[in-house]
Amino acid sequence: MLDVSVSRRQPGFALDASFRVDGPGVVALFGRSGCGKTTLVNVIAGLLPPDSGSVRLGGETLDDVSAGFHLPPERRRIGYVFQDARLFPHRDVEGNLRYGLERAPQQAGAIAFDEVVALLGLAPLLGRRPGQLSGGERQRVAIGRALLAQPRLLLLDEPLASLDATRRDDVLPYLERLHEHYAIPMVYVSHQFDEVMRLATHLVLMDAGRVTASGTLAEVSLHPALRSIVGPEAVGAVLEGEVVGRDEEAGFARLRVGAGTLRILSDEPIGRRLRVQLLARDLILALEEPTGISVRNALPATVVTIAADDRHADLVHLDIGGPRVIARVTQAATRQLGLRSGLPVSVLVKSVSIRGQRHS
Amino acid sequence: MIGEFGAIEWEALKLSLAVASRSVLVSLPFATLVAWLLTRRRFVGRTVLDAFVHLPLVLPPVVVGYLLLVLFGTRGPVGGWLHRQFDIQLVFSTAGAALATAVMSFPLMVRSIRISLESVDRRLEEAARTLGAGPLDRFFSVTLPLMLPGILAGAVTAFAAGLGEFGAVITFVSNIPGETRTLPLALYTAIQSPGGDALAARLALTSFALGLTGLLMSEWLARRLRRYLGQ
Repeated sequence: MLDVSVSRRQPGFALDASFRVDGPGVVALFGRSGCGKTTLVNVIAGLLPPDSGSVRLGGETLDDVSAGFHLPPERRRIGYVFQDARLFPHRDVEGNLRYGLERAPQQAGAIAFDEVVALLGLAPLLGRRPGQLSGGERQRVAIGRALLAQPRLLLLDEPLASLDATRRDDVLPYLERLHEHYAIPMVYVSHQFDEVMRLATHLVLMDAGRVTASGTLAEVSLHPALRSIVGPEAVGAVLEGEVVGRDEEAGFARLRVGAGTLRILSDEPIGRRLRVQLLARDLILALEEPTGISVRNALPATVVTIAADDRHADLVHLDIGGPRVIARVTQAATRQLGLRSGLPVSVLVKSVSIRGQRHS
Repeated sequence: MIGEFGAIEWEALKLSLAVASRSVLVSLPFATLVAWLLTRRRFVGRTVLDAFVHLPLVLPPVVVGYLLLVLFGTRGPVGGWLHRQFDIQLVFSTAGAALATAVMSFPLMVRSIRISLESVDRRLEEAARTLGAGPLDRFFSVTLPLMLPGILAGAVTAFAAGLGEFGAVITFVSNIPGETRTLPLALYTAIQSPGGDALAARLALTSFALGLTGLLMSEWLARRLRRYLGQ
């Protein structure tokens, strides 16, 4: 679907990034501030021409420096939701929304004005000026404006970064609905992992202008490069599973992941697919399934690799019957338990430490 | 004390308004273009163009009038051609007075439009690009509307300055009643004539009232426009 391999030199910064994502989905560009995420997105949008390399979208070439080809942004049909909304101050909300719509090619199955207004809850705002909107409202209008331009790809550059936590939670559900409703591939720039967990299907990690890892969310959550972005405390495998049973009295949902099931506190019904992150620091390893403890989850697993994380801790990769998880244990524990690859163990995790996340 | 407002005053007032408004209308698109070139484009000769545009500010107005006479006189390179091809004569005509006024107020207008163009947020133009707007479309749908307060301020300033243009006008198109005798020229004539004191006072007061009205109107318009732009 999207195939990017570009480099660009700017004063004090060099971008040299390649990644490729197949199929429609939400690609999260994840990295610390200043790692080049916005520059990369601007290159994809066509606002910054690359010095070398190419950008391809759905089989069409947008940039190919070796062939001297650069398609200007106005002809790319790539929607862009900027971090700072960038609404036109001289037009009211409706005028902003219609700006892209008026310039988009007329086509069957186009995204309709009324539909977007309803989806994003914009009806009460239509007559207002951008100056009279709150930050969250502005971002919703910006999303609607980009959608109505009938994009083939939607770029969202930290659309929630300028909002406080409450406003962020106001806008996030709209973003989730967006992907459920329209099959438009999206590139979502973020430095918040919880946003990535809620929205992304693919994850591209960036550090100092380079792509350090890319793949599905589950794959990249195991990658060592993630640790340097989120820190040792937030490392943890992302798993996807299906709710296969419920214990209404205790409020548990039983989620099948790999060969085992996890009990998590959740109201989601049977059949729902959920995403969970098992933080490495929350996992406990036992040589045999223990009894008489409060932990509700014991997943059968096999040790795959053990690698030193820092001076005193190891990261243990475990196979839980297909998917993998990571546990962070002290090196003393590794020695005492005699952990080695191939060893069968039990992975213990407290139900309350897991939050099930619906995802698109 | 200073007598009644008569035919001479009316004629000068109407002529001044006509000359100033024609000069503004003619120079506005050119001033916008030049301001855009100077602000947004990097090209060889940009500094020269910049200096050339500002010349009327530093040259004596008589010199500007003289240069216009050389260029646009009936035997001048441009004036001769206009005369032969279109039977247009600028010398000694109201149109000529408007041209001289336009040249003199051009720097003021360019300056004010440039300032407004520099304050236009280019990130909004980028947003327009990603929404499918090409260069001209972008200019007319985003840049120009956002520049309006500056363009308006430039037009009003140029208009007000145009009402009082003297040196270049009298040099280029002379002082012909009903044709080129605008307020300042009429005032000058009145001062020169014996017994013209009262007339001169009336003309001066007219100029004064006109200038004040212009300034107040521009302030009011600018405020309304800023509200319209949500600023």
